[in-house]
Amino acid sequence: MAEPIHFHFDVDGQDFSTAGEASVVVKKKLRQLGYPPEAIRKVSIAMYEGEINMVIHGGGGEADIDVDEKEIKIVLTDHGPGIADVEQAMQAGFSTARDNIRALGFGAGMGLPNMKKYSDSMKIDTEVGKGTTVTMTINI
Amino acid sequence: MEIRKIQELLGAEVLCGEELLGNEVSSACCSDMMSDVLAYVKDQGVLLTGLLNSQVIRTADMMDMVCVVFVRNKMPTEEIVTLAKDCGIVVMRSELRAFEAAGVLYHAGLGRKNDDG
Ligand SMILES: Nc1ncnc2c1ncn2[C@@H]1O[C@H](COP(=O)(O)OP(=O)(O)O)[C@@H](O)[C@H]1O
Ligand SMILES: [Mg+2]
Repeated sequence: MAEPIHFHFDVDGQDFSTAGEASVVVKKKLRQLGYPPEAIRKVSIAMYEGEINMVIHGGGGEADIDVDEKEIKIVLTDHGPGIADVEQAMQAGFSTARDNIRALGFGAGMGLPNMKKYSDSMKIDTEVGKGTTVTMTINI
Repeated sequence: MEIRKIQELLGAEVLCGEELLGNEVSSACCSDMMSDVLAYVKDQGVLLTGLLNSQVIRTADMMDMVCVVFVRNKMPTEEIVTLAKDCGIVVMRSELRAFEAAGVLYHAGLGRKNDDG
């Protein structure tokens, strides 16, 4: 847990089968680095939900993770449709996902609420037609 | 309950993680919605599902689950099994339907307070 570490991933928005790959890598790294299991759990759920959202709603993008001994910062950026009404999107159970996404096991409308629950701070910057950046930090 | 016992109870075929069958689990979750698994799983170590994709394994990994059972005799792809191996997750498949598989495990004491299995 000595010096700060940065991870960068390009998240493919076309191939659903790879969705979640980046989160698996980050989780593995944090385990190797000896971070506390509770912090790893929070990072895992928050980042995975966010990564899935980038793929199913945002058309893919970039994930950047900064890790030091105090906090883990996750920045997820996509260039998708943006979120018109963030307050509504944050509500538990609200989802615009269609049946094809539900058939893949996602789209219950619990992603954003879960990300908020498991991160110590969360910020959504979004512009309709431009894209969305979600920034989450988890304290160690 | 040992994962090995789950395999026996479900008459399941182990596809990877043989060496992990001696590990203990105390509860299971049965769902085809990974969204629900992410939202509601606490310390259930086993996931029973009829959904067949890589996100089943990744979701289980995120939730620190140690065993995935594909029900209704579904055969996961090589890719799914390799991913599970990589994550240290036991994968098995059973002929039973989800409802039956869950019932068998529950009846045997998994996920109940006095799990003496
Ligand atoms: N990155 C994103 N880009 C565009 N829309 C998004 C994004 N993330 C979330 N949303 C919108 O917010 C809604 C709620 O998201 P979430 O709580 O994760 O539920 P779900 O993904 O199951 O639909 C989504 O259905 C979608 O309309
Ligand atoms: Mg979501």
